[in-house]
Amino acid sequence: MSDTNFDIVIIGGGPGGYVAAIRAAQLGLKTAVVEREHLGGICLNWGCIPTKALLRSADVYRNFKHAASYGLAAEGISYDLAKIVARSRGVSAQLQAGVKHLLKKNKVTVFEGQGKLAGKGKVSVTAKDGKPVAELAAKHIILATGARARNLPGMEPDGRLVWSYKEALVPDVVPKRLLVVGSGAIGIEFASFFNALGSDVTVVEALDRVLPVEDAEISAFAHKAFEKQGMKIIAGASVKSLNKTGTEVTVTIEAGGKPQAITVDRVIMAVGIVGNVENLGLEGTKVQVDRTHVLVNQWLETGEPGVYAIGDIAGAPWLAHKASHEGVICVEKIAGLKDVHPLNIRNIPGCTYCHPQVASVGLTEAKAKEKGYSLKVGRFPFAGNGKAIALGEAEGLVKTIFDAKTGELLGAHMVGAEVTEMIQGYMVAKTLETTEEDLMHAVFPHPTLSEMMHEAVLDAYGKAIHF
Amino acid sequence: MPINILMPALSPTMTEGTLAKWLKKEGDAIKSGDILAEIETDKATMEYEAVDEGVLGKILVPAGTSGVAVNTPIGVILEEGEDASAISAPVAPKPVAAAPVAAAPAPVTAAPAAPVAPIVAHGDRVFATPLARRIAKDAGLDLKGVAGSGPHGRIVKQDVESAVAAGPAPKPAAAAAPLAAAPAPAFGPAYTEVPLTSMRKVIAQRLTEAKQTVPHFYLTVDCQLDKLLALRTDLNGRSDDYKLSVNDFIIRAVALALKKVPAANASFTDTAIRMYSDIDVSVAVATPAGLITPIVKHADQKGLAAISSEMKVLAGKAKDGKLKPEEFQGGTFTISNLGMFGVKEFAAIINPPQGCILAIGAGEQRSVVKDGALAIATVMSCTLSVDHRVVDGAVGAEFLAAFKKLVEEPLTMLL
Repeated sequence: MSDTNFDIVIIGGGPGGYVAAIRAAQLGLKTAVVEREHLGGICLNWGCIPTKALLRSADVYRNFKHAASYGLAAEGISYDLAKIVARSRGVSAQLQAGVKHLLKKNKVTVFEGQGKLAGKGKVSVTAKDGKPVAELAAKHIILATGARARNLPGMEPDGRLVWSYKEALVPDVVPKRLLVVGSGAIGIEFASFFNALGSDVTVVEALDRVLPVEDAEISAFAHKAFEKQGMKIIAGASVKSLNKTGTEVTVTIEAGGKPQAITVDRVIMAVGIVGNVENLGLEGTKVQVDRTHVLVNQWLETGEPGVYAIGDIAGAPWLAHKASHEGVICVEKIAGLKDVHPLNIRNIPGCTYCHPQVASVGLTEAKAKEKGYSLKVGRFPFAGNGKAIALGEAEGLVKTIFDAKTGELLGAHMVGAEVTEMIQGYMVAKTLETTEEDLMHAVFPHPTLSEMMHEAVLDAYGKAIHF
Repeated sequence: MPINILMPALSPTMTEGTLAKWLKKEGDAIKSGDILAEIETDKATMEYEAVDEGVLGKILVPAGTSGVAVNTPIGVILEEGEDASAISAPVAPKPVAAAPVAAAPAPVTAAPAAPVAPIVAHGDRVFATPLARRIAKDAGLDLKGVAGSGPHGRIVKQDVESAVAAGPAPKPAAAAAPLAAAPAPAFGPAYTEVPLTSMRKVIAQRLTEAKQTVPHFYLTVDCQLDKLLALRTDLNGRSDDYKLSVNDFIIRAVALALKKVPAANASFTDTAIRMYSDIDVSVAVATPAGLITPIVKHADQKGLAAISSEMKVLAGKAKDGKLKPEEFQGGTFTISNLGMFGVKEFAAIINPPQGCILAIGAGEQRSVVKDGALAIATVMSCTLSVDHRVVDGAVGAEFLAAFKKLVEEPLTMLL
């Protein structure tokens, strides 16, 4: 029997939990992770990573189809869905093994099973079949159990005609007609993938526009691009009912007060997530739960001394990198490090890998106005950038939002090729609290897409060169 | 928006000052760069230049007011098109007319025990984000007094915003007012009281702090001066362009000795020993108002003639009260020379945050034993006061040995 006494026990081995565990081990804390299903969590196994693998196949396929525009000839272009899916699963498997190796290398003990608080400083681990695995003692317990897809009553995924992200990641067919409910990052990425492979895709969004958390201008730009690719988007619409027949689903939606019926072959439900707060033994502790999220302070401490929560279970934004960073903050604070700083949510970038990609950090223009800032807004279109044109990716926009008074970069929003790789530049700028002046003085390499980031800053102050 | 003219922090240690004189009247047009007022700081009287343009709309703090806290609005500039009615009534907390004697450092300026040096000095950088700097500048806030909460104590936007929101530092109540109190005892000796100048207050405060908080120890060494005096006569005879004093030689010897023993060119801070990369020698100069220590910067890189002429200019400025802050704040080591008054030897109080001060006594003829026989030599006793937290006895001794060697073999300091 392995040792069951730890400095830190982390329940959940996703991007929050395993990163926290490695950092804790680096700091010399004796650490264990309890994982019920797969190390790396949803992110690595059923989320961020496998979808990127699918979307990569879609991108390559799309480029093949445009071969002629690059002076290339490609004939008989097609795909093998099973192999696309197999590649995606392979990527996840490879990374999962990597996480396992990292934990081992750092001497983190992994317990397989469902972890649960079992009294002060105690965690019980139970196997799927209900058999007890271990009783652990820990000075500190971090809840990092993540979240799962939210279900609408009466519209629960059935794994056959109505899919959740899980079925959508391992499809057996490319549906001829697909309805995606929800146009957040998850919904729109699947919409993009299946649209590229030839599905007739309709996206229904309850709010007034696609990608509703993004800046309205970026969202409108993406909307147009999606429609150009043949996607149908119905915003401000709610789903009233699903009627399944043997092979089809008729979905009744209501938009602008008018009901309409859409018949499709498959439906993907992507209407948000709920935190995994159940079966954690929170009852009778001082851990406070608000709806499906555990309440924490800036150091990720719950109401119960010695119990912490990080990542999706600790609330929005539901992003892997937020979870990882919280894990590090939480553990460093526990270890008593001095130079620990709370997370600034405004500096967390978000990326969506639809086509065209969308990436942003900080406040949208509307939010900034709402907060009473007077603004300087800069824009630069991909059409004005040499590299974008050379790549054949001249569709996109970079937008910057500055506080006119102080020159603080309040937000940056981008849509277009590779913007998910570029947003980090603005994120670093924001984190270091640069002003417009520093960004103007920075020399951006030519020819790169990143030059647009410079130009969008210059444009906010009427100094853009190439537009 | 009317622009507040704030009481400037003309030196990093300044928490309050005296508004000596207004050079502009209400209604006068102000251009950027105009001299608005004269401010008496803790060390000197300084001119206060306008940054903003407009019309001096109102004087909030009349001339002659002492104890005006840094960042207190002292006047209001109206921009074009604004009239005096734009001045909203209580722009300023009422300046305190009669200054309390004890001026505890205000919260905003509760700086870390930073060395007294301008921002550009090495090892005394203010770490702040560009945004924090911008906001502080716009608010007229001196970042020196702001505590940083960012990585490695960097000052971030939020720190500045909190400091600005906290407003000008409230005046602390006079903790103990020894001067104002103490009515003449009925049977005591007769006396007159000379009010403390700002400079005297600072001398009192800093030296008390030094003597009470710095663990001093003392090392004394005798240096034979005959060769140095002969060399000095020789050099001074060669040109009328300079007239080297013994003190100029001592400054150079100290600088070269510090170069040899850099461990003595250091300060103690709560978290680290600060090893200075420059050798800036402060030289104590007596002035009618009190003691001040102008600095010969990079003294190790300057020849005797350069040191000599620089020292003359600095001493002249010191006596006239015209030294600029950067000319007397900072410094990494101090020399105090009372030889000209015939003092044989003395132990000086360390000038914080420096680690050492060298007290120079008079050069006088003394009997010495040379090669087993009595002889006469000109000897000067030098006492090094050392902050034991920074410099241990052996390092202090090593420094003194290097110094003695340079003084006794003065040709070596010409190398």
